[in-house]
This record gives sequence, structure tokens and C-alpha cells, in this order.
Amino acid sequence: MQFESMAEFFAMGGHGLYVWLAYGATCAALVGSALAVRIGAKRQIQQLKLAAFHQTRCSSESQT
Amino acid sequence: MILRLFFSELRLLARNKAQVLNPLAFLFLGVMLFSVGVPSAVQGNGIYAGAVLWFIVLLTNLLALDGLFRRDYDNGVLEQILCASEVPFMVILMRIFVHWLHTGLLITLLAPLLSLALGIELHALPVVMLALLLGTPALSFIGATGAALTVGFSRGGVLLALLVLPLFLPVLIFGAHVVNDAVAGNGNSAQLYWLAFISMVAFTIGPFATTVGLKISVQLQ
Amino acid sequence: MFLREFWHKLGSPKWFYQISTGWMIGFAVAALVLLVVGMVWGLAFAPADYQQGNSFRIIYVHVPTAMVAQSVYISMGVAGIVLFVWRMKLADVAIAACLPVGMMLTALALFSGGVWGRPTWGTWWEWDGRTVSTLVLLFLFIGIYALREAIPDITLRGRASALVAIVGTINIPIIKYSVDWWHTLHQPGSFSLTEKPTMPVEMWAPLLVMVLGMYCFAGYIILARMRIEILLREQRTQWARELVA
Repeated sequence: MQFESMAEFFAMGGHGLYVWLAYGATCAALVGSALAVRIGAKRQIQQLKLAAFHQTRCSSESQT
Repeated sequence: MILRLFFSELRLLARNKAQVLNPLAFLFLGVMLFSVGVPSAVQGNGIYAGAVLWFIVLLTNLLALDGLFRRDYDNGVLEQILCASEVPFMVILMRIFVHWLHTGLLITLLAPLLSLALGIELHALPVVMLALLLGTPALSFIGATGAALTVGFSRGGVLLALLVLPLFLPVLIFGAHVVNDAVAGNGNSAQLYWLAFISMVAFTIGPFATTVGLKISVQLQ
Repeated sequence: MFLREFWHKLGSPKWFYQISTGWMIGFAVAALVLLVVGMVWGLAFAPADYQQGNSFRIIYVHVPTAMVAQSVYISMGVAGIVLFVWRMKLADVAIAACLPVGMMLTALALFSGGVWGRPTWGTWWEWDGRTVSTLVLLFLFIGIYALREAIPDITLRGRASALVAIVGTINIPIIKYSVDWWHTLHQPGSFSLTEKPTMPVEMWAPLLVMVLGMYCFAGYIILARMRIEILLREQRTQWARELVA
């Protein structure tokens, strides 16, 4: 550990603003894109389910 | 056959004078705007002259690129060229070559006038002309690929600039530097070789990429 | 022999969808572990630079994003070649998936570079060699993105963007060389695979972890995006229906 206290860690020797800005933006973007693909995958599967459901219902209706 | 293609392209160009004259008018208009807007560009012993010259050459080339395939695309001739001719590649190569003649070569021949307007001294003129001669083929051959891909869009101009201008950057860097060195009286052959190298690379891949791009664009219709 | 079989199987979106589940989870876990370890290591345990102090720690997010962004563009060029030579549909899916990831990483690299430049050079934006190359990279990404948006047909869109990606990839070395030659204000490359690093090991070890983590992260996001795209394109097929049933 390079820092004596938590306050020192956050201050980053006076460069806290820059360091945390860079790390914050990077983390936010990485987490954001990970969330985006998870939501996207869920939505796509949901849509597929919906389409499959409609198709089976239509085909069963046409048979009767 | 190559000669016949070449002359037919030239005849096409001769019939369409606006395609030659409009970019030229733009060239001098650009030089004028720069010289009036940034007086130090022409008074500071030509420090900025190289950058300004190449920047305007870049834009002139870009402007002329939009008309490279536009007319043939609109009236369906392009489709004929790609389907009917035995070697569409040669036709397209000739088309790009003629485009270079009326942008690159013409600008090179007009370089004395441009140098005069931009305050480039006479002793630098041979190097300036050589740099233009070696560097402008790269612009035509890289630009043709972008023109081929964007010809299918009615408002493809901005997209063309977006695709092509980043790839023009090396030419601008080396070209502007060669001119500045020549103005300062330093010999600089390394950057001239680089310009020639970039042009060779563009010449090697440009016509192929343009043919592929045109085939894609034709299918868009 | 095995590779050849693998190559042929890649032509099947269904096979790829099934096989890539494991890869995706592997990349995601590896990325999470490596990035968390690398960030904590870089932020708290790596020694501060004797000149730049603690602002030096920005290197651990700046360099990986810039490196991976460039790799993503080059992989797009490779995918473009695959699309042209073998007409593999999956290659277009890969290009589509690489684009947003590459744009995001390039933008991040530019942002963290600017934030790093403020305490180091005293300016948010410095027109130096690598900044310009990265900016050009961003423009190259934006160009392909704009072109894709403009073409409605899915096959032509793939071929057009593949062509631009190939031409761009060929030009990248020239652009990089010219820009580096034009102006080099940065310190020379801080990390390279072939040369002995000039940084002490306590400094470059977390960087290595972060670079690997960022590659894994890009792999995870690209695979996940490819899978979404495959489901979208294959939604009328039997196997996709059976997948959700």
C-alpha cells in the first residue's frame, strides 16, 4: 500500500481530480457497455419468444 | 485498348467543362479566402504556405471526387461498364487517372501561380511542384474508393469527406513539411520519397477497392 | 485438420451461438478479475512516478484502452478480409459488433489522455503524435459507422464496411508513422511486447494485467454483441425458435 490513510488515497497527492476522473469515466463506460449488452441480449430473447409464441398460435388456429 | 479508353475518358471530360473548371475556381477561391483571412499566412515568409497549399489541394480534390462517378451512376452507364466491359478494372483505372490529370496534374502546373499567391519564393518552386506531382495521385486513388462507395447516396458529400479525409492526413503532413523545408532552403528528399510511397500504395490498392466499391453501389439502386 | 473443420463450422451462426456461450462467460470472468485486480493494484499498490506523482496512475486506464481500441480496428480489417474472401456471414456480424466497442474505447483513451495531460503538460489537449493517431482512429470508426447507417441492405452494408475497414487497416501504419514523425511529445512507447520495458516491474506489472483485462473485456463485449446480432438475423429460423422454447 502506497498510501498512509484513506484521505491520502482519495487526494492522490493533489491529483485526485484527474485520477478519479479518468478512472471514473473508464469504469462507468465499461460497466455501462456490459449492462447494455446484457439488456440487449435479454430483449432479443424476449422478442424471439414473442415471435415464436405468435407463430405457434397462428399455426394452431389455422389448423382448427 | 488502353489508349482508346484514355481518349474516350478525355473526350468525356472535354464535354463537361464545369467538372474541370469548378474545382479550379474553388482552388483559387480557397487561396484567396486564406490569404485575406489569415494575412500572416502569406506574409510570414511562407511558414504556413505549405500547410495552406496542401489543405486547399485536399479540399479541391475532395470536391472534384463527388462528380467522379455521379453522372455515370445516375444514367446507368456505370452498370454497363461493370457488367458489359471485359475489364471494368481498366476503365475505372483510366477514369481515376483522368481525374488525377484534371486535379493533381493541373494543380501542379498551376503551382507557380499558387506559389505567387501564397508568397512561396521562387527557389522553392521546383520542390513544391515535385511534391504536388508525387503526392496528388494518392489523393485521387484513395479518394476514388470513397467516391465509389458514396455515389449511391444523393447526399453523400459529407460521408465522403468523413471516409476519405482521415486517410489524406499523411499526404498533408509530408506535403506541407516538404514545402516548408523548401521555403526555408533545406533540401528534404526523405519526405518526397514518402509522398511517392504513399501514392504507390494508393495506386496499388485504389483501383481494386474502387471497383469493389462501385459494384456495391450499383447494387444499392 | 482440426483448424479446417473449425473454420468451416464458423460459417454456421447456430454453431457459433452455441459454442460462444462458454467463451463469452470465460472472457467476462477473466475481464472482471483482471480489471479489478489491475485497478486496485495500479491505484493503491504501484509506486508513484518520481516526476509525475500520482497522476501517473492514469496510465493504467489510458494505455490499455488505446491499445485495445487499435487492435479492435485491425480485427475489423481482418474480419473484412474474411468477409471478402470466404463470404462468411459471421465476419459482418463481427464488424458490426466491433464498431461500438472500438468507438467507446477510442473515446475513453482520448478522454483519459486529456485528463492525464492536464497535470502533466498543463493542458487538456495537446496536438501530439499519439493524440492525433487516436483521434484519426476515432474518425475512421465514425466513418464506417456512418456508412453502415446509410446503407439499408444488410449484405451490401457488410461488404461496404468491410472494404473501408480493409483500406483503413492498410493505411493505419502509414498514418501512425507520419503522425509520429510529425510530432512526438509523448515519452516513447511505455510498453512493448518485444523490447525490455524501461519501467520498473512494480509499475508495468499492473499495466500488463490491465491490458490483458481490457482485451478480455473487449472480447466479452464483442462476443455478446455478436450473439445479439445473430439472434436478430436468425430470428425466423428453427434453431432460434427452439433456443427460447
